[in-house]
Amino acid sequence: MRLRLVPKETRFDFFSKWKVWVGFSALLMVLSLVSFGLQGLNFGIDFRGGTTVRTESTQAVDVGAYRDAMAPLGLGDISITEVFDPTFEEDQHVAMIRIQAQESGEAISGEVIGKLQAALDTAAPGIKFVSVESVGPKVSGELVQTAILAVALAIAAVLIYIWLRFEWQFALGAVAALVHDVVLTIGIFSALQIKFDLAIIAALLTIVGYSLNDTVVVFDRVRENLRRYKKKALDEVLNLSINETLSRTVMTSVTTLLALISLYVLGGDVIRGFVFAMIWGVVVGTYSSIFVASTILLRLGVKRDWSKKTDTTGNQFSNIDA
Amino acid sequence: MLQIDLWKRVLIWLVCVTGLLLALPNGFYTRVEQANDAAAEIIAKGETPERLEIAGQWPDYLPSSLVNLGLDLRGGAHLLAEVQVEDVYAARMDALWPEVRDVLRPERATVGSFRRQQAPEGEIRLKISKPEGMARALELVRGLASPITSLTGAGANDIEVSGADDIITVQLSEAEKLASNDRTVRQSLEIIRRRIDEVGTREPTIQRQGADRILIQVPGIGSASELKALIGTTAQLTFNPVVGRGSDPDASAGVGNKVVPSIDEPGTYYTIEAAPVVTGEELVDAQPSFDQNGRPAVNFRFNTSGARKFGDYTAENIGAPFAIVLDDEVISAPVIQSHIPGGSGIITGNFTIEESTNLAILLRAGALPAGLDFLEERTIGPELGQDSIDAGKIATVVAFVAVLVFMALSYGLFGIFANVALILNVALIFGFLSLIGATLTLPGIAGIVLTVGMAVDANVLIFERIREELKAGRGPAKAIDEGYSKALSAILDANITTFITAVILFAMGSGPVRGFAITLGMGILTSVFTAIFVTRLMIVMWFERRRPKAIEV
Repeated sequence: MRLRLVPKETRFDFFSKWKVWVGFSALLMVLSLVSFGLQGLNFGIDFRGGTTVRTESTQAVDVGAYRDAMAPLGLGDISITEVFDPTFEEDQHVAMIRIQAQESGEAISGEVIGKLQAALDTAAPGIKFVSVESVGPKVSGELVQTAILAVALAIAAVLIYIWLRFEWQFALGAVAALVHDVVLTIGIFSALQIKFDLAIIAALLTIVGYSLNDTVVVFDRVRENLRRYKKKALDEVLNLSINETLSRTVMTSVTTLLALISLYVLGGDVIRGFVFAMIWGVVVGTYSSIFVASTILLRLGVKRDWSKKTDTTGNQFSNIDA
Repeated sequence: MLQIDLWKRVLIWLVCVTGLLLALPNGFYTRVEQANDAAAEIIAKGETPERLEIAGQWPDYLPSSLVNLGLDLRGGAHLLAEVQVEDVYAARMDALWPEVRDVLRPERATVGSFRRQQAPEGEIRLKISKPEGMARALELVRGLASPITSLTGAGANDIEVSGADDIITVQLSEAEKLASNDRTVRQSLEIIRRRIDEVGTREPTIQRQGADRILIQVPGIGSASELKALIGTTAQLTFNPVVGRGSDPDASAGVGNKVVPSIDEPGTYYTIEAAPVVTGEELVDAQPSFDQNGRPAVNFRFNTSGARKFGDYTAENIGAPFAIVLDDEVISAPVIQSHIPGGSGIITGNFTIEESTNLAILLRAGALPAGLDFLEERTIGPELGQDSIDAGKIATVVAFVAVLVFMALSYGLFGIFANVALILNVALIFGFLSLIGATLTLPGIAGIVLTVGMAVDANVLIFERIREELKAGRGPAKAIDEGYSKALSAILDANITTFITAVILFAMGSGPVRGFAITLGMGILTSVFTAIFVTRLMIVMWFERRRPKAIEV
């Protein structure tokens, strides 16, 4: 007996309510943008400059006492958050202290760190600084640019690849799904104010990769079915293709989610934000490859008359089953 | 049909076995690391019984390359430094000034008397008393220029000389500035490398980034501040004649002189001649030692030309004070008691033993040509790194088991084939990473876990396809064959697009992000390999033996 998440044969109609899905996605995207516009992102020091100190103490974290101890140093805006994690020992109390970027273009000086440690030691004797990271505002500005460029480049490269392998309508559909996923991911980071740092950019790009992976598998089947059923209407072909690949889509999403969830729960708090972004991306990416990419393909329409023109216009690889 | 040539089978298994062998050392990380260190020590310092014993912990005939652990896993310090390339311009001009003086002196009749004026850093301005001799003066000074030999600056001269009224301005040309910047950064890189090597830590990363930046990562060092103390000081040692001494930091020094503070006596300032008698560049050795009173000091020795200059100067100036200046601060200003021939001497000051040891290292490694600004500093404690490794290990194992069980439940025997391939897949990733000496970071571990989840995708695509073919009424052999060939285009397209994003991440990212990109990229390559070749081979071998009439996937 096999475990089956999806029945042997499915005949879901994914497009009968396409307006609802498109409306739903559009609404989510608008909400994401509104949240981004209103409260922005909780940028980490990679993008904003400044210093984060991770402290560890055997005593419970007293945010007020920490704050009072640091006040005389005049470091400007300071935020202190206690970190909780199931992987911590019982007497392991961790806090993250974030200090705004200082005036000069440089990172924070060792002297300031020394003073900080001395000050905090009065509030929590024996406190340890397990990590100190400091980024000068000069670099952080460049990191923002590089990050935006990386995401844009990835999307562009993929657009070109799909355009070469398929038709331009497929490429547009795939990229619309990508933009959808990236916007929703940024949206949830903004809405929940989760720290957004360099690693999240890596996660965003992975989401781009994953979502694409999914979209391409569906499109590949669409291409095949378009050739096989020359007379069928496009929406029927799309529906058939999605149903045929549904079992695989669900299987892959589930195995990936299984791996990611175990990392989310057990992997420690340092990469939790990163893993969260990927989990969200897998869910959104799976949804979007069916409901966004395919719907757009349906609306754009595809050239069906393969017999008259050679396959070499703009997609010389499309006929090669690798 | 279901046939695979023998040579292909051999090749596939060979790749797998090689991958496993290459990955093997990582399973015994500490032991192999110790053995490698001991082997390196034997080469560097000779054999001792203990070293031989430790080196013998890991047999020679097995591969011994390990995956490097990134700073976030091992702990250590990371610095991004920007080289202040402009610093060099001023020194170049100060060095040029005596030459300018020497060419103009014999021509006093034409150009009149001349004096150096106050000017922005990196420029010489001089005023001549006979403006009508300007043409001749410019000609003479321009004669000092030499052509640039670099590729980009071909045809240009190294200095630019211009005249207006009675003022001559000399500065470096743009082309020379570019060439000089490049030299400065390369020298700085080399000197930082030497300083870190002197301390002898394991596998530091010292890389140039962009035009004027240097990335330094040193695993195992306690904090970024420690690292900064080692590489942050320029350590320009000079011996300058002392003109005067006082307590006013703003005292007018006079042209060609400068006022510098004393390190040991707060509030005391020395006026010294800006042009040094000898500099640290002419040192051949420096060692920590003690002076006659038993206080920590640094012994040094000059090369021949330095020794001559130092000897001549001390012979001519007995009874006058001279200053030992480190990075524009006077360490000490002894009075010359006698002629010092031979070119060796001792620097005394208020040192601790640690400071004198550090100073000796810095002097031996040489001075940085320019100052450094630190743009990024990260210190990760070893405990945090260990916590991350532990958490990462548990998470990976759980993820692995979950996926294995799920696959076996979903696809039965075929699922188990896929599982074997998945295990091989992770071994191959580690083997590859060890082979190229890549660095594993925390996001890198996440990349591997993600690969574990996604690697099954290719197999899932194939198995689902085989199911469809079976449903369409094909026989087992035909179904398997068709399943593979039809799933191939989807597998390739899906993985190539993901691979593209991994490449972009690698190219644009830095540090941990790069680590993630490497494992993700590797994971894609190995998972495609295992799905297309390894599981297929396993299925074919099983099929040849059993010849089943019907199969269930």
